[in-house]
Amino acid sequence: MIRSELIQMIADENPHLFQRDVERIVNTIFEEIIEAMARGDRVELRGFGAFSVKQRDARVGRNPRTGESVDVEEKHVPFFKTGKLLRDRLNGD
Amino acid sequence: MSDKTLTRMDLSEAVFREVGLSRNESAQLVESVLSHMSDALVRGESVKISSFGTFSVRDKAARVGRNPKTGEEVPISPRRVLTFRPSHLMKDRVAAGNKR
Repeated sequence: MIRSELIQMIADENPHLFQRDVERIVNTIFEEIIEAMARGDRVELRGFGAFSVKQRDARVGRNPRTGESVDVEEKHVPFFKTGKLLRDRLNGD
Repeated sequence: MSDKTLTRMDLSEAVFREVGLSRNESAQLVESVLSHMSDALVRGESVKISSFGTFSVRDKAARVGRNPKTGEEVPISPRRVLTFRPSHLMKDRVAAGNKR
């Protein structure tokens, strides 16, 4: 499933809404999640899962081609943990 | 970092502000989006949201695990797990926003 198919499904279920409003609604949801994580916030959607930010410490990496050492700065990465209900549903429970 | 936790309520509030729908309908739409995504994943489909990320379902084989407390061997049955791969855009925005 891709974004446009998701938008189409929501549009089909809500014939009273304009297609462009459905697009804005779906885009707002994903945009809000990214903005929250960019602030360092968590987004917890019970039953579905939780988005959070993990810190990766600074480390000395290596250029795999040349073998040269490079300093890699501390950074923050997005992380998703599946919710219990969805995990159970994936396994047919 | 503000270290807050957002919930469905915050997402419906954002939808409410963005489009002129009632709070109730905004909440229902957030719920429909999540349930359509969940249903697709349960059917075994991956869900690819451009500039956000990709959710995909992977099959894990059975293996022998160990109870770390007792050292006892326990069989772990085959199962399906969900993985999320963030888009480059999401990674870049999260990295930039949390940089000190």
